[in-house]
Amino acid sequence: MKHLRPINQKAKAIDASVEAQTAAMQDDVVALQQQVRPHVPMGCTLSFSPGWEVDASGGTAGLCQPVERDIYDCYVTCFWPVQVPDHVNYSPDWASNCSAAAKDWRSLDIIFP
Amino acid sequence: MSAPLTHTYRSGEVHRFDAQGQDFIYLVSAGAIFALDGAVGEVLSMLDGAEMAHGDLITALTNGGYSPADAEDLVRELRLARVIVSDQTVAAPAPAKPEGDYPLQALVLNITNQCNLACTYCYEFGADKIATPNGKPKYMTIDTAKASVDLLLAQSGGRPAVHITFFGGETLMNFPLLRQVVAYATDQATAQGRTITFSLTTNATLLTDPIIEFLAEQQIGVTVSIDGPKEMQDKRRVYKSGKGSYDVIEPKLRKLIARHRTRAITARVTLSKGVTDVVSIFRHLREDIGFHEVGFAPVTESGEQAYALGEEGMVTVLEQFHQLADEWLAYALKGRMHGFSNVSETIGELVQGTNKSHPCGAGLGLLGVSPSGDLSPCHRFTDADSHVMGHVSSGIDRKAQGEFLTKGHVGAKYACQSCWARPLCAGGCHHEAFVRYGDTGHANLHYCDWIREWTDTCLKIQGTLAVQNPEFLEKFAERKGLS
Repeated sequence: MKHLRPINQKAKAIDASVEAQTAAMQDDVVALQQQVRPHVPMGCTLSFSPGWEVDASGGTAGLCQPVERDIYDCYVTCFWPVQVPDHVNYSPDWASNCSAAAKDWRSLDIIFP
Repeated sequence: MSAPLTHTYRSGEVHRFDAQGQDFIYLVSAGAIFALDGAVGEVLSMLDGAEMAHGDLITALTNGGYSPADAEDLVRELRLARVIVSDQTVAAPAPAKPEGDYPLQALVLNITNQCNLACTYCYEFGADKIATPNGKPKYMTIDTAKASVDLLLAQSGGRPAVHITFFGGETLMNFPLLRQVVAYATDQATAQGRTITFSLTTNATLLTDPIIEFLAEQQIGVTVSIDGPKEMQDKRRVYKSGKGSYDVIEPKLRKLIARHRTRAITARVTLSKGVTDVVSIFRHLREDIGFHEVGFAPVTESGEQAYALGEEGMVTVLEQFHQLADEWLAYALKGRMHGFSNVSETIGELVQGTNKSHPCGAGLGLLGVSPSGDLSPCHRFTDADSHVMGHVSSGIDRKAQGEFLTKGHVGAKYACQSCWARPLCAGGCHHEAFVRYGDTGHANLHYCDWIREWTDTCLKIQGTLAVQNPEFLEKFAERKGLS
């Protein structure tokens, strides 16, 4: 440690532990919301599938895109083709009333193929 | 967009002190001692009674001339060491309660509850006694003693070394048994490839040349209960006739110390009303008689006895403790041992960074055995029906032991939670608490200020040595590790 000098055996043990933790932090994998921040620019995630990620505070409100955008990941790029309409074969217009996901997501309706 | 998660910091539980112009902290959650640089001092001053968000703290430090990276490093270091704590981190846990079958390390054998003296303040026979010896054996038999040794070896979980302390009453009133126990226990331990050491506490009145010879040969540690020079010793350490015991023991002590060089010979002084002249008692016992170590403790009493030390007595005692503490430090700076146990013992714990779950080993690694074979938390609870913790023939009563340890845990003592001295004190002597408050789990509140002042004094000694003679502390740690 740079600022604390251990004077007894317990303090030496703490010193060793702090050094080990600090060294481990250098190349550790940490959650976005974990100290020491920031790991990534504010408001961004490492993946462009925002619904699957959390922002730097551990929530979803600060993501660079609204979580509702995630629906299109499932609809267009077919991550989970069973749970959203099939835009290639049966429901090409399913999202046509939803131009801005965060605002219009309610207009996405249930379909019965 | 939501506000990002921010850490709000406050000072961890620390006691700040300085020695030789150097700032230190005693970290209460661990018992650790650190020397600080100016930056830590600034952070702790900013957080003194206040909370600060991570960003504000960094800004304050950068405004003070630190680079943002240095400020982040500093805050991280303090956070990881728990010198500052965040509202987002889990509090450091209280020291864990040891396992239910914590291995024994030592037994105190009360080989007799009889005594040839009638010291007026005696906790075993005096006004505040808790022992109920009526109808019980007065002398331990060899069968009970052997069963005790067997219990110690069986319940010590394979520790390579265990210890037996002989106690009374007056221990030497049953010296024939003591001899037999030393022989039996040594044989049993050797057969198991383990070592066993011995010590005894005595009033020294019954010491003879053959006994001294035996103690020296067998390397048995000796603690003598003695209150100082004649006028102080004879105030309360008297025969049943009222006659003082000093003239009887003085020549015997000189012989003992001259002959017995294999173990430290220590004096244990009880301070009571009128027996408060700590410095002259120390001079007499250490320099004139020649004890290696001299330790002092105020008499245990319920708060109402005429022999109580009282507030005034305590002030006198403390003043003189400080005088001896200064001497202790002066010796240590020259690399020498002074012999004032009250400092040596505390420094020994500070060097390690002890953080106690319980005030002492009573009921944990140590048990007392009464002449009848009843087990108790320690020798001070011998023969007290209210504190029986099993029997040498039937083993340790785990339920009684569990209750005793649960009560006595530092985490169960409300008053201790806000006290920075709790890593060393943990609420103080279980027996003292029982005599004073009727509850072994009660913190000894009548000592709190005294304990804090004494711990602070010893921290400053440790700090001074860390600055001026760190080698002494290292040697001291090694010595303690060996003892």
